[in-house]
Amino acid sequence: MIEKIKETVKKLFKENKIDIFIGYNEGTLPLRSTPCFITKPEDIEKLVWNSYCSNNLAVYLPRFFVPQQGAKDAKLPRIGILAKGCDGRSIVGLIKEHQIPRENIYIIGIHCGGMIDTKKIKKVDIVAAEEKNDKVLVEDEDKRKVELKKEELLADMCKTCQYTAPVVYDILLGKEKQKTSKEDREAFIKEFEKKPLEERWKYFQEQISKCIRCNACRQACPNCYCKECFADQTKPKWIGPTNDISDVMFYQIGRIFHQAGRCVDCGACVRACPMDVDLRVFTYKLIKDVKEFFEYEAGVSLEENPPLATFKQDDKQEFITEP
Amino acid sequence: MKNDNKWEPKIVTFLCNWCSYAGADLAGVSRLQYPPNIRVIRVPCSGRVNPFYIIKVLQNGIDGVLVSGCHPGDCHYISGNLIARRKFALLKSFLEYIGIEPGRVQFSWVSAAEGGRFVDIIEKVTSDIKKLGPIKKLGKWQKETEHIKEILK
Repeated sequence: MIEKIKETVKKLFKENKIDIFIGYNEGTLPLRSTPCFITKPEDIEKLVWNSYCSNNLAVYLPRFFVPQQGAKDAKLPRIGILAKGCDGRSIVGLIKEHQIPRENIYIIGIHCGGMIDTKKIKKVDIVAAEEKNDKVLVEDEDKRKVELKKEELLADMCKTCQYTAPVVYDILLGKEKQKTSKEDREAFIKEFEKKPLEERWKYFQEQISKCIRCNACRQACPNCYCKECFADQTKPKWIGPTNDISDVMFYQIGRIFHQAGRCVDCGACVRACPMDVDLRVFTYKLIKDVKEFFEYEAGVSLEENPPLATFKQDDKQEFITEP
Repeated sequence: MKNDNKWEPKIVTFLCNWCSYAGADLAGVSRLQYPPNIRVIRVPCSGRVNPFYIIKVLQNGIDGVLVSGCHPGDCHYISGNLIARRKFALLKSFLEYIGIEPGRVQFSWVSAAEGGRFVDIIEKVTSDIKKLGPIKKLGKWQKETEHIKEILK
């Protein structure tokens, strides 16, 4: 697979179709791949493709197209990007919201078999790791080797992934993977919905109280491209500077609600969180609601209007108070 | 106030300038009685109401929020209330999901001719929130619960 990617990128550079390519290269730690930016064809050999390429690369795109002051006619870069299913859907979202021009993006779509959640490996002192088909060989300091099944280590969002490959792309590589059913995907939300109100509130409080307001979820999220986040605004000042649980709740509710109809469940926020806040149980609720109320899925088509920018005459209205 | 110990809810209402505010005005001009618990904030359109306003209001110790706009199809800005309807549907569902009581945040349509309906809605919202009692969630003034203290240890 990686050979195919390298070949494609080489060809793109040769034909002068792109200026920058965003992909992954080997991380400094085992079980990690880091995003890399390739500007010279000789660096292409650095690229890797494995089960640790979990970062959502779309997050880097908007900053290439921020209008610079005094540089009106500046030439916009042409960017090639390696896109898994979730990355691809994020890119569609960004194009739709006019953050990046479609003609400057060359999307190399790839069928993704799911990414490993390193938090699921209990061992702490891993010094080396090797991936073989559907297994991962891990080695610790004493050279003891353990074989782990990749299936058991898959991230939660990957386990229930619906779009393993991007819907909008210029070239698509790899073989098609199996999709999961709708029931599987929404099971954990339905379970949470069934819990009594106080129990839900308790869980929400419990999760939010872990948050240290480091803003890592915001930085990792491709949808959070606002030049000034509501959390940083001083006029109006929505949130106090403390880590008072009430302020943290406002931040989390605000950030999660901002993703309504835009979140693609890529899991970037969950992975970025240093405190292991269970954000997905809240973000996915909005995905489910948007699908249920407005029959809309984020990042699937370039033509459809964003759900909160449009309306239908016969939208859901049962929640309206009648005397 | 005869009985100082008796708790009365504070309710903030966001009324749209063209329908609900005029509806409230009509109720007043017609000398209709309704509970004095509401505080009115006039907004140009229900679509102007940022979901953050609602959370911020609850955070500052208000017991309930009502947002009221024109009936669908009657919006002065043609589609402001229809866009708002989508936002509020998601917001209400999300707030209930995380554990805020369903009656705390309510939405309604009141036209400029419906003084009576405005009174009925205010009565309903007030009685709903009286049943729920003072707000204990989201508030800034509120001390951390025992449960949270345990986690923070």
